[in-house]
Amino acid sequence: MAHAPETAHHEPAHPAHGEAQPRHGGTGHGEHSGSVGHDYTTTGLNHRKMLMWVFLGSDCLFFGSLIATYMVYRGQSLTGPYPADIIDIPITTISTFVLLCSSFAMVQALSATNNNDQRGIKIWLLATAILGGIFIGFQVYEFNLFKNEGLTLGQNLFGATFFTLTGFHGAHVTLGIIWLVSLWILSFKGRIRPDTALDVELCGLYWHFVDIVWIVIFTLLYLVGGFDAGPAILGGEH
Amino acid sequence: MATITEVLARPTYGASGLWSWITTVDHKRIGVMYGATAFVFMLLSGIEAGVLRTQLATPDTDLIGPGRFNQMFTMHATVMIFMVIMPMGVAFFNFVVPLAIGARDVAFPRLNALSYWIFLFGAILMHFSFIVDQVPDAGWFSYANLTEYPFSENMGLDFWAIGLLVLGTSSVAGGLNFVVTIINLRAPGMSLMRMPVFVWMTLITSILLILAMPVITVGLIELVMDRNFGTHFFNPTGGGDPILWQHLFWVFGHPEVYILILPPMGIVSEILPTFSRKPLFGYPFVIFSGIVIGIMGWAVWSHHMFTVGLGPIANSVFTITTMLIAVPTGVKIFNWLGTLWKGSIELTTAMLYALGFVFLFIIGGLSGVSHAVSPSDFQQQDTYYIVAHIHYVLFGGSIMGIFAGIYYWWPKLTGKMLNEKLGKLNFWLVFIGMNVTFFPMHFVGLNGMPRRIYTYAEEFGWGTLNLLSTVGYFIIFIGVLVFVYNIWQNRNARRVSHDPWDAPGVEWSIASPPPAYNFAEVPHIKGRDHYWIEKDLAREAGNPITEPEPAVDPSTIHMPSPSYWPIITAAGVGLIGGGLLSHYGVSFLGGLIAFIGVIGWSNEPASAPEEGH
Repeated sequence: MAHAPETAHHEPAHPAHGEAQPRHGGTGHGEHSGSVGHDYTTTGLNHRKMLMWVFLGSDCLFFGSLIATYMVYRGQSLTGPYPADIIDIPITTISTFVLLCSSFAMVQALSATNNNDQRGIKIWLLATAILGGIFIGFQVYEFNLFKNEGLTLGQNLFGATFFTLTGFHGAHVTLGIIWLVSLWILSFKGRIRPDTALDVELCGLYWHFVDIVWIVIFTLLYLVGGFDAGPAILGGEH
Repeated sequence: MATITEVLARPTYGASGLWSWITTVDHKRIGVMYGATAFVFMLLSGIEAGVLRTQLATPDTDLIGPGRFNQMFTMHATVMIFMVIMPMGVAFFNFVVPLAIGARDVAFPRLNALSYWIFLFGAILMHFSFIVDQVPDAGWFSYANLTEYPFSENMGLDFWAIGLLVLGTSSVAGGLNFVVTIINLRAPGMSLMRMPVFVWMTLITSILLILAMPVITVGLIELVMDRNFGTHFFNPTGGGDPILWQHLFWVFGHPEVYILILPPMGIVSEILPTFSRKPLFGYPFVIFSGIVIGIMGWAVWSHHMFTVGLGPIANSVFTITTMLIAVPTGVKIFNWLGTLWKGSIELTTAMLYALGFVFLFIIGGLSGVSHAVSPSDFQQQDTYYIVAHIHYVLFGGSIMGIFAGIYYWWPKLTGKMLNEKLGKLNFWLVFIGMNVTFFPMHFVGLNGMPRRIYTYAEEFGWGTLNLLSTVGYFIIFIGVLVFVYNIWQNRNARRVSHDPWDAPGVEWSIASPPPAYNFAEVPHIKGRDHYWIEKDLAREAGNPITEPEPAVDPSTIHMPSPSYWPIITAAGVGLIGGGLLSHYGVSFLGGLIAFIGVIGWSNEPASAPEEGH
């Protein structure tokens, strides 16, 4: 095997790189076993895990820009409906709670995977996906309600920024649900095991991130911005 | 779902022909594909520049008219930035970085292939605008509300925005891949402060890419929604603010400037020490100034907006930050000069280009400082002085650096040397032509000639200098033809040793062209200029290195296998974009194909199962 010699001779100054060959994450499928046919990584961190963290950093800027657009245009709508007219904080509090619970289920799913609790894996993965689905259901209901009350993308800046930001968040959640369901299907083939726990962990990282983004959105769009009643409230001209 | 994988038999490793390129996950081949594609677009964009220069050669010309002129300068800049300099940088990331850090490939070989195919499809998608003759025409920064209805009614801006969205996906995927590769796949002994400067600059550029692209993505999404879904993000009639577009664009756009220049700076930092026969002067300073540039690049964007009317405080702050960022850039230049000082300078073509880079970038940097001062910028905004500046940093800087890199790493890529006589002719034509074209623009600019006008009256007195610029263009054109001929005649060139430049990088210790597995045995890095250290040690031991690392049977090394899924997934992504421009059904189909691609991808092992051992 060609990858064996790498560990053979090592500079004493860098013991961490050598003798203790870190072998994180699973093997077998996906690209996580490294590109060169072995598990050697410089930092000891798994490639795929690092990729996910860096991607989430990138996604922060994506949501950051959308949130910035919302904040810049807060109170700048020329016509109604304004947030105070239609935002329903109690209903969205429920959907927020559901999404938070899904994060708990996600933690349980990873824990079950690490313990090779096959029944727990199936239950908690599905529970996470269903809770996410309920959140999306609330969002569809809310979008419909707003549309019927006259808030559309083109109606005013509130409509444009609200639907774009929450819409892209919803798309992220939907993607996460597809991912969870895929893992759930794989669990029936016995593909979710402690040695492939990274597959679940990565999905979990993504899921928790999307959840945290929602906390920010809920705070800014509902708890803070939900009472805005028109341009005058912020002094009109910017 | 595993059945999907079985529908298509997996391409086998080591196959040849077209399919082997389409399914390749080898970073060297992907680098070549990036470079070749970018070069084709460079010729295309160069021809667009020629149309512009011919139109402007004499006063009161009406060769193409104002509409076409707008399309030509828009596509010239968009293509040069997004489809030439960026992918040329990525071509070098691909070919050089894994070799220079002693790795066998990047961390995610299939993701790497996906980046390339999305780039190709995105670039083609944008060029469909020529076929339907609805070419983008609002400048490379496409300021609102010129981009909004009713000022831009055909689909040109949709092609522009959706094309860039697709290209952005590719850039982010590439950036993610190289961050992980550089942090996580270095050979033992290669600590961060032993990494070659080019690898460092790749790391900083990749971080800038993954952080800057999402911002323009949001801006482009909002533009597409304004144009197609009735929103008013940038449209004042609905309360929107065109200035928001400028902020989103330049928050991306200024880091983008460093995305374009840092890789060539890295290339030059490899070449100057090699041909001065001494290590890079002040290595830590070069690295830290690169990091500082990467951070401060986020704090200068409003210097593109001095004349917008953001107020004296904003203008003062951005004047100061912009002047400050000249400091780390200056530090790098002094380190390059320090490297040359008392070195045994060898004027190869690569070295000439690297020196040309330093010389021209200083001129571009100085004119840049002159419009960092916001009162002075009010005189220069939207004049040819700015055109002169950006071409001194992007042509004199980036393109010169890219040519330097091509001449430097060509023997490693092919095992043959480009003709040095032709190379020097190529350099001098491009260098002289570049100065003849762009230096007069400083003067016509200060004389008040605005950018983006398709013609001018004779009485302004700009005719002579404009004619000179056009003559310069044709000198560059001949220079590039010499380069093309040099590549063409290379088929018959003699083979050279694995280390023709006596270079310091670990990539020169292996055979040229490198075997698929790069390093038979992953090297153990001894220091910053690893191969120089190795060669010195061998010479002292009385046994100088003359041969590359011995080859091994490739079947003994477990390498990532080729895959169909990257190109299938990329086709899906391209179709999603194409559907937004034609019929949503096409987008749906694209989404389906991309979904199948991802499912197939995740069910396929990165490497085919090992057989026999």
